Amino acid sequence: MSDQPLLSVRNLNTTFATPAGPLRAVDDVSFDLDANETLGIVGESGSGKTVLARTLMGLQPRQNVAVTGSVRLAGHEVVGASTSQLRELWSSEVAMVFQDPMTSLNPVMRVGRQIDEVLRVRHGMDRAAARTRAIELLDLVGIPSAAQRYRAYPFELSGGMRQRVVIAIALAGQPRLLIADEPTTGLDVTIQAQILDLLDSLRAQMGMSVIMITHDLGVVATRTSRLLVMYAGRMAETGPTGDVFRQHRMPYTRALLESSPKLSNAPHTRLAAIPGQPPNLARVGPGCHFAPRCGYATDQCRNDAPPLEPADRPGHLFACWHPLAPLSETTGAPS
Amino acid sequence: MTETTPLLRVRDLSVTFPHRGHALTAVDGVSFEVSRGETLGVVGESGCGKSTMGRALMRIVTSATGSVELNGVDLTSLRGRALRETRRKMQMIFQDPISSLNPRRRIADIVAEPLDAWKSATGTERDATVEKLLREVGIDPALHGRRYPRQFSGGQCQRISIARALAMRPELLICDEVVSALDVSVQAQILNLLEDLKAEYGLTLIFIAHDLAVVKNVSDRIAVMYLGQIVEMAPAQLLYDAPAHPYTALLLGSALEADPDQSRERVVLQGEPPSPLDPPSGCRFRTRCPDATDLCAREAPVPRDVAPGHRVACHFPRRRAD
Repeated sequence: MSDQPLLSVRNLNTTFATPAGPLRAVDDVSFDLDANETLGIVGESGSGKTVLARTLMGLQPRQNVAVTGSVRLAGHEVVGASTSQLRELWSSEVAMVFQDPMTSLNPVMRVGRQIDEVLRVRHGMDRAAARTRAIELLDLVGIPSAAQRYRAYPFELSGGMRQRVVIAIALAGQPRLLIADEPTTGLDVTIQAQILDLLDSLRAQMGMSVIMITHDLGVVATRTSRLLVMYAGRMAETGPTGDVFRQHRMPYTRALLESSPKLSNAPHTRLAAIPGQPPNLARVGPGCHFAPRCGYATDQCRNDAPPLEPADRPGHLFACWHPLAPLSETTGAPS
Repeated sequence: MTETTPLLRVRDLSVTFPHRGHALTAVDGVSFEVSRGETLGVVGESGCGKSTMGRALMRIVTSATGSVELNGVDLTSLRGRALRETRRKMQMIFQDPISSLNPRRRIADIVAEPLDAWKSATGTERDATVEKLLREVGIDPALHGRRYPRQFSGGQCQRISIARALAMRPELLICDEVVSALDVSVQAQILNLLEDLKAEYGLTLIFIAHDLAVVKNVSDRIAVMYLGQIVEMAPAQLLYDAPAHPYTALLLGSALEADPDQSRERVVLQGEPPSPLDPPSGCRFRTRCPDATDLCAREAPVPRDVAPGHRVACHFPRRRAD
């Protein structure tokens, strides 16, 4: 084992050229991810979490997009890499699971063939070996009677089963990093729990690292070791999952937590809604992007973007000029 | 509980669709009552028939059998104008806020549409009503009234849908997954708005959703549906504290809580619901149920009360662990 993290992201910016002017969808994001670690990236729509994931993969379009900064994955630089260099990384180093399993599968190709394709093209297996391995993979992701399902078309499978197929394809190259972008959004709660449990057991079994991108705090609460909270393209707060949930310093993190309904709440509990809506990134001011919706905002917040500052615990950073007081472990009450 | 007649009384409501020469029973013999001022939550996995049930109540789905009584008037016996008159008292809001608004009309006109259709307000009265409705849902009529739906976010479009639904001064509002497409911060705004409007307009709500935490937050009572049937119905807190049906218990066990201390040793419901084209014999949940016996395969359980107001359709209901 080397001391190098598996993934190291430094000052990453992804800027789209739009008719309304440059739109910085990912704005100065830096983090490290170790082997066998799970990082949750949480944010609302428009927070830049999906663009970040695609930038980490080198999947952003070539035109009208500028990427600066550095993404080092297992010793390889992703930013500025050519397509053929990226192809070397895809599947064997990094793979991605997308939100909608219907559109990420080829509708006119049997699912088994779609797994075969990866094994044959990327890993040079012959047809028979690829078929055997594909059935093993379908079995691994919990698809019952895998040998029969190998011949199924995507439309013959339920949403949960399709997502399992997508995961099987992602695992075919035994990647060291799996990026899952909203892998369970749109699935029923019962299926959601099954898929998340599956991803976690596969991570442990295969020694992968996982980046779990979601808008749902429930998805990341018990299944990640670290969290990155994004707002309007920037890092709002990051740290060990427990610290971000319990010792958060950035008002946005608290607002996000408090606006989610909880099963433990009594019926008709008034929710702490965040006023307004996430900003249009083509028209944001120079200061903190959360300032227009923040109850603590001052002129300083509106004019200067707050830098990431370390909190009390190691690895816990937040970007706020007026951070919340750290909560004591036991009370949990707002100060 | 209350002596007065319920606002809505549903008896043996079934909806059957033809499907490739077979009959698909999407809603199967559902009966319940909703009191005036109450919120009934309806939860279940996709395909359990919860949306179809909501549509059948509105009689958007015409192939329904059974009776739906609003204020003692059976909607299923009404036709034409009489049906439309009665249906003004019931309004529905849908999941996708953007596609449920006409993209080519200004939002003030969208909200006025029910008023125009019924000629219930004209001229300055109409405009004043629209302004009041928009203001109540948190949209500035002077600033935004002349804009088109595409100029609004999903949350704002949902506010406009709510304003339009309220234009008829309905007694019953059926909300079908109204917050599931929204971000959490916006979702909280809409849920709070619905609670405020419910109090102000004296509304009765049927709140259909798949998110258990959202449903608990707004409901007085909750009905849990599985493959077209209501398997359990209870006051909201009781249902979460002491689920009697194994399906309810497992559904709650699968829910993801935004709490890092939540126990990881949850019992997760395995498998997927069977096809409604070929439902299992006896109890429909038996194929996924850890407690199922031969009896469950032979006989469908009849719904019965295990406590006042707590009804469950199970041969072996779970008892409250005291």
